[in-house]
Amino acid sequence: MNSESEKSFVKFEKIDKSYDGEVLVVKNLNLDIAKGEFVTMLGPSGSGKTTTLMMLAGFETPTNGEIFLDGMPISKIPPYEREIGMVFQNYALFPHMTVQENLAFPLEVRKLSKGETKEKVQKALDMVELGDFGTRFPAQLSGGQQQRVALARALVFEPRLVLMDEPLGALDKNLREQMQYEIKHIHDRIGITVVYVTHDQSEALTMSNRIAVFNDGVVQQLSTPDILYEKPENSFVAQFIGENNRMSGTIKSMENNYCSVELENGAGTVKALKVNVGGVGEKTQLSVRPERVSLGSDGNGENLFTGKVEELIYLGDHIRVRLDVCGNNEFIVKVPNEGSFNYNEGDSIKLNWNSDDIRALDPVN
Amino acid sequence: MILAFFNWEVIISTTQLLTTDGIPLKQSLKKAERKNKIRAFFLVFPLLLFIFVTFVMPIGDMLLRSVDDAQINTVFPKTFEEYNKWDREKDKLPPEEVYRTLFEELATGEKIQIGRALTRMNYSKSGWKSLIKKTSREIKKMTRKGMVPESYKETLIEINKDWGDPTFWYSMAQMVNKQTPIYYWNAIDRTYDQNQNVIMQDEKRRIYVQTWLKTLKVSVYVTFFCLILGFPVAHLLANLPLRYSNLLMIFVLLPFWTSLLVRTTAWIVMLQQKGVINGVLVWLGILSDDGRLQMVYNETGTLIAMTQILLPFMILPLYSVMKVIPKSHMRAAQNLGAKPAMAFWRVYLPQTIPGMSAGGLLVFVLAIGYFITPELVGGKDGKLIGSWIAFHLKTTLNWGLCAALGAILLAVMLVFYWLYNKIVGIDNIKLG
Repeated sequence: MNSESEKSFVKFEKIDKSYDGEVLVVKNLNLDIAKGEFVTMLGPSGSGKTTTLMMLAGFETPTNGEIFLDGMPISKIPPYEREIGMVFQNYALFPHMTVQENLAFPLEVRKLSKGETKEKVQKALDMVELGDFGTRFPAQLSGGQQQRVALARALVFEPRLVLMDEPLGALDKNLREQMQYEIKHIHDRIGITVVYVTHDQSEALTMSNRIAVFNDGVVQQLSTPDILYEKPENSFVAQFIGENNRMSGTIKSMENNYCSVELENGAGTVKALKVNVGGVGEKTQLSVRPERVSLGSDGNGENLFTGKVEELIYLGDHIRVRLDVCGNNEFIVKVPNEGSFNYNEGDSIKLNWNSDDIRALDPVN
Repeated sequence: MILAFFNWEVIISTTQLLTTDGIPLKQSLKKAERKNKIRAFFLVFPLLLFIFVTFVMPIGDMLLRSVDDAQINTVFPKTFEEYNKWDREKDKLPPEEVYRTLFEELATGEKIQIGRALTRMNYSKSGWKSLIKKTSREIKKMTRKGMVPESYKETLIEINKDWGDPTFWYSMAQMVNKQTPIYYWNAIDRTYDQNQNVIMQDEKRRIYVQTWLKTLKVSVYVTFFCLILGFPVAHLLANLPLRYSNLLMIFVLLPFWTSLLVRTTAWIVMLQQKGVINGVLVWLGILSDDGRLQMVYNETGTLIAMTQILLPFMILPLYSVMKVIPKSHMRAAQNLGAKPAMAFWRVYLPQTIPGMSAGGLLVFVLAIGYFITPELVGGKDGKLIGSWIAFHLKTTLNWGLCAALGAILLAVMLVFYWLYNKIVGIDNIKLG
């Protein structure tokens, strides 16, 4: 194996997909996934992420383009010969088989010997800490346990990569978080390539090496979680990942990496990082994260505004302050709860942010 | 230590068993629930009554009737009493007392009651009816004249020499009890010989065993064909888009909205020798004009028509089961490396067992007791046990035999139900 196929173990090349010949569900998808990587496809429902996963698994055929796995085109290979493990949304455990029989199924169809099958099944069950549950039926397990069985079943036949289609969607919040770590640890331990689909951004941020943000059939941005959060390249990503404060305006001037933006309804001028904008006179949307705004000080004098405290929400470790700033009364600031915050609702407050922390992005219609 | 534990438990239990007002909890709960229970009872009461009157009572009556032999005992009570004293080892014919009581009971008995008893007596030995009818006439004449015989035995034998035939007297042994198994023996082609041993009927009178076997065979075949034909349709119904599946469902349900009689006669039109199917085959040149197939008024016709009529009872339970099998299961199986055929066999098919067994049981139970269709399209060859029950009910009025046939039918169904429960488990049934 050369380094080229190491880097693009899975390769989507110019993939288009349409179900009805009228609407493209996936548009010109180009994506490389390296061996051992944990890549998440994140996006709202209907964004094409599950379709992409199903094309990789072989249950849907691309309308155009080719998918390569380990350098080989796989569009013509039926799903049962692809050697790709998959965890389904509702686990798809076979209800008439015990946990052991579920896990033994992929090994039996591969005609492994009885002894080897038994050994591998037990190993896989131990891996998900369900060693003693082999003789139970899926209906006798809790949601979290079923999830683990599904994971073990997808891994037991040592597939080339594992796909997961919103595997934690049916679990409650605590269990979901716990399973996120477990899946991540299993990935770290056995080093298998994982393609994960979710619409839950915190899940994506927690688990992934890289995240592909899908919207409208197009990958909006493909980056590591930190880049995605801190340096979103367009308004959709900024809005979809984490919280942000949005302001619309018109570009007045540009110099180096910055631009000066006049806010709508004459609320002032903001100096912002130039990321994804047209020329002078064009519209733009500004985005600043709530934790990058500081309250009550002048800072370095840039982007200094005054706002009115509309609402205070006490969240224990931090206080969420909703402000009316520049005509936007949904402006959120997160203040760490260190005991020094003593404003009340209705107070006027000074606020500022660094021009590197506010990003000028494409306008939203 | 033990005492302390005991005390602690008492305290706990007494405190737990009282409500805030100090009334025992159970009593309070009962009181609270009584009203609901009474209301629930009154809600189901009409149905309970209905089921009792229309289901439990008729079946009970049928079971009683199948062994009932009381009527004849009310006609000849004294004769039977004397008859039981007869020692067959010692005397070839019954003692004088038997002849005398019979003579008197025939002389005084009600004509209608005697008539009914005669029918029953003929079941045990043919010849009884005419023997007694002739004898009664003579006895009536004698009593009208006021004649009292010196020896009843000799007088009766004089009237008809059959009274000296011990086999008639032997057969009376079958009637003296108020219960009799004779109808059950008749229902499986058995009868009694002159020594009251159970033997096979004459060869030309054996009809029921072969009919029972045919009924079972036809029911099994119909169930099998329904399964083979219904499975793909149910699968299609469960997996087509709603728009198409609704249309298909109407086709499946259409037979339900058409009269059974109309459908059955339609099959006659289709299948008869000058019928539609034969006509088309001859027209296409597949059959020669005198090689037309005999497809109706025989077992083939029964099979075809019954399969079509019972098909919905297989499709609907199958459909309701298939509907809830997630599509992801077949995908998961293929993803795990199983070819589509293997995925179907190992993952899909086992999950349809509740539907197959529900449909199978339903079709089988309906088929085994089916009457109208086999009666109309079956001819002589395709008649099932239901036709014989109807025949005896309406034509020969042998209700005892009807009841016995019905009871056996019930028993066969219960045996199949029991087998089914052993093999598949009744919890696995799913009707919708």
